[in-house]
Amino acid sequence: MALTSAAQGGKSRRNPFPASWPARLGWALVLIYVVYASSTLDVSWDRFIAGLGYGGEFLGRMVPPNFSRWKLLLEGLLESLEIAVIASTMGILLSLPIGFLAARNMMPAWISWMARAVIAICRSFHPVIVAILFVKAVGFGALAGILALVVASVGFIAKLFAEAVEEISLKQVEAVRASGATFANVIIYGVLPQVLSRFIGFSTYQLDSNLRNSTMVGIVGAGGIGGTLFAAFQRFDYDFVSAILISIIAVIMLGEYISGHARRVFE
Amino acid sequence: MKPSEVEASASRGAAPALREAGGPGSDDGQSAVAANPLEIRRLCKSYTRGKPVLKEIDLAIEGRGITVIIGPSGTGKSTLIRCINRLVEPTSGEILFEGRDVVQLGRADLRHVRRRIGMVFQEYNLVERLSVIENLLCGRLGYVSPWRAWLRRFPQADIDRAFGLLEAVGLADLAYQRADSLSGGQRQRVGIARAVMQSPRLLLADEPTSSLDPKTSVEIMELMTALAGELQIPVIVNIHDVVLGRRFADRVIGMSDGRIVYDGPPDDLTDDHLNTIYGGDGWL
Repeated sequence: MALTSAAQGGKSRRNPFPASWPARLGWALVLIYVVYASSTLDVSWDRFIAGLGYGGEFLGRMVPPNFSRWKLLLEGLLESLEIAVIASTMGILLSLPIGFLAARNMMPAWISWMARAVIAICRSFHPVIVAILFVKAVGFGALAGILALVVASVGFIAKLFAEAVEEISLKQVEAVRASGATFANVIIYGVLPQVLSRFIGFSTYQLDSNLRNSTMVGIVGAGGIGGTLFAAFQRFDYDFVSAILISIIAVIMLGEYISGHARRVFE
Repeated sequence: MKPSEVEASASRGAAPALREAGGPGSDDGQSAVAANPLEIRRLCKSYTRGKPVLKEIDLAIEGRGITVIIGPSGTGKSTLIRCINRLVEPTSGEILFEGRDVVQLGRADLRHVRRRIGMVFQEYNLVERLSVIENLLCGRLGYVSPWRAWLRRFPQADIDRAFGLLEAVGLADLAYQRADSLSGGQRQRVGIARAVMQSPRLLLADEPTSSLDPKTSVEIMELMTALAGELQIPVIVNIHDVVLGRRFADRVIGMSDGRIVYDGPPDDLTDDHLNTIYGGDGWL
């Protein structure tokens, strides 16, 4: 009785959605900072209008795209593709053990901390910076690009894989352990089936982003179409630039299509 | 077998292929020293210091029969069962399984003991994303190298036995279904079949019927007792449902506050005993 009468008790002054003053203050601070930052960086309306003018001229010089140097273009694209595929494969193979070692529910703390440190280092820098480091370390060319993207892949896949392993149901693991299975067999039957489909998801996503990144590491001399693109920019060959950009878009779209199917095949 | 026959044989628990692979004494080479297959002596367990969940449990389980453990929630029934195969580490005491103290065993020896103790879980604990037949074969993982496990290359005898057992529990046509597509009753049948795949010398069941409806609960208990009878092994079952427990028990253990307060045949269990075990009588 008490419960129902309370529900019918007419108007209640209690508001189910109380205003959060800290949140409002937070938003106000963000807004103020954006206005302040724009003023220090000389981001003004006039500057924007002037920029639009340059942009229009630039776009005008990009049409029509010039595919006359298609051989150079194709060569660069194929190299990028190779970089992406090799780096993804190696990255995926490395991520499986590293991610697993980093899972705190599977490994003693000192091992998982070491694996986590490796992952954190891999994630610290943007692939371009890693690519510069590898260009300095192993010289110009595709090898530097591959190594840079392997690092990026480990940073992404291993981290998410470790988190997936930490979220598994331990009941299923317990049942496999109770059968007297060795540690390796517990992993193979109790853990992997629970995380494999997510691992494949992370891997295809990373293949996708490696395709994009492989077109970029060339800018710093680490092989692929990026080098060609950068040279074309510097020589103001904007029609060739647009040809390259269109080709890259085509490759990325194709890659997305293929990785979508790859996912279905491997699952 | 036609499905109707499968159902029938499942409820009768006829399992022709049960005692082929593995079997008693197929590993370890250790023969029984103690008279009983399982003897628990002065077993204590506390999860936090100074708050024991099990207080000096002494219990001997004979070579056959169903031992049902009843008692209120949180009284240590589950802990007791899990100490036997050391899914929970005992704090002190001895657990002699076929003459060896499980508490003292190293990792490899512990695995060998676990291979011979089947376990059935309250929430079935099947590997959800594996097929039914793969879940059954999980029961043989203690005997298969990682390499063969990875490649799914189980010995043909194990595979034949898994299919035979699946037929015996009435799920032959679900062999390739993923475990998460099964109903509760079907899952528990798979859970029991997985435990039996181990050719265990002891079967533990931790609240095997708590997630099931009354009718399915009875079927599951029938199946489990029938299979254990085939294997001629003892069963220890934790159960909440006193009526169901009594119906299948050869022996009832009543626990209260970490101690055994009743130990005897189900027919001698009176309301007074139940009062002692659960406290109060308003619920009777």
